[in-house]
Amino acid sequence: MLNRIYNWVDERLDITPLWRDIADHEVPEHVNPAHHFSAFVYCFGGLTFFIVVIQILSGMFLAMYYVPDIENAWQSVYYLQYEVAYGKIIRSMHHWGASLAIVMMFLHMLRVFFQGAYKKPRELNWIVGVLIFFVMLGLGLTGYLLPWDMKALFATKVTLNIIESVPFIGEHLKVFIAGDSEIVGAQTITRFFAIHVFFLPAALLGLIALHFIMIRKQGISGPL
Amino acid sequence: MSKKGVTRRQFLNYTLTGVGGFMASATLLPMLRFAADPLLQTKQESDFVVTDKKISEITSEPVRVDFAYEQTDGWYSSTVTNTAWVYKNEKGEIVALSPVCTHLGCMVDWNTNEKYPNKFYCPCHDGLYTKDGKNVEGTPPTRPLDVYTHKEVDGYLALGKVKPREEA
Repeated sequence: MLNRIYNWVDERLDITPLWRDIADHEVPEHVNPAHHFSAFVYCFGGLTFFIVVIQILSGMFLAMYYVPDIENAWQSVYYLQYEVAYGKIIRSMHHWGASLAIVMMFLHMLRVFFQGAYKKPRELNWIVGVLIFFVMLGLGLTGYLLPWDMKALFATKVTLNIIESVPFIGEHLKVFIAGDSEIVGAQTITRFFAIHVFFLPAALLGLIALHFIMIRKQGISGPL
Repeated sequence: MSKKGVTRRQFLNYTLTGVGGFMASATLLPMLRFAADPLLQTKQESDFVVTDKKISEITSEPVRVDFAYEQTDGWYSSTVTNTAWVYKNEKGEIVALSPVCTHLGCMVDWNTNEKYPNKFYCPCHDGLYTKDGKNVEGTPPTRPLDVYTHKEVDGYLALGKVKPREEA
């Protein structure tokens, strides 16, 4: 049955070469943990991507209950965690996944750094990777405010103070991000929500696409 | 053809770039202005808020004065309570210090840490300020506590905007 559906589509759209390009290629021996166990270090990039997928999925489902509003945000988080079936699991996935994604990304970066895999011709991919790093930190930062508890509020106040200390444009930057020159409030949480849920994920997906296209184009770096 | 200077291909390229640029900017500019609105909104100067602290009751010992006022945050209005540390200095002038630590924005307290008597102490990173609000060297804060502008209204203390001080 599945085969027939595939053939029906393939006959019309010729998707087999496309599929080959994306997924049908050999994994070189030196990156295959089945050959050399130490090659597990090559897994961190893929693990980061795997966790990013989990983050996007769990985030989509959290958004079914979450409200980015100072009166209701905390209540909605409390409700989705304690009243909704599996709420604790979904929120925990997103909560712990956020930290784990940063950890995995950092390990991936260490591997690339210490193997010198960023060297010519892969400099551009390193740069895109660093941009991904910043976007991920931005996601962690904006997501931290959304539960709207004391920890979130004061962590964000500290963050905004740090942003304010940027030379020359610091104060404007702070107002632009917080939505108000003094208050961390209604306008801040809606801004952070929009950035966390729409702007940064869009940027992240674009950068990840670039990251992967460059890997496919250049191939993975050779054995040490 | 060459006399005219512009080929058909060039003409079409220019036109398409122009129209495309117009369409892109017509889409993006309103969005950017929309996002930057908090930067460009003019705020009216906040008025003085009269506290329930009588001027005559202020001594040379800093006391905590809480005062409430209406705050508008976009579409959300609420009553907010703010705090000042108020005392009279040696010259008899009123000093109203903001409790917000200039390091990372925690709340300082007067004379609460036994190790540092008669100092403003910040519990977050052990920041210290002397009574006149000056930051103690060797602790995290890099500048003195901010001060409130203040005036007297019918014998009561009224507090206005918070003003940062330079290294005094």
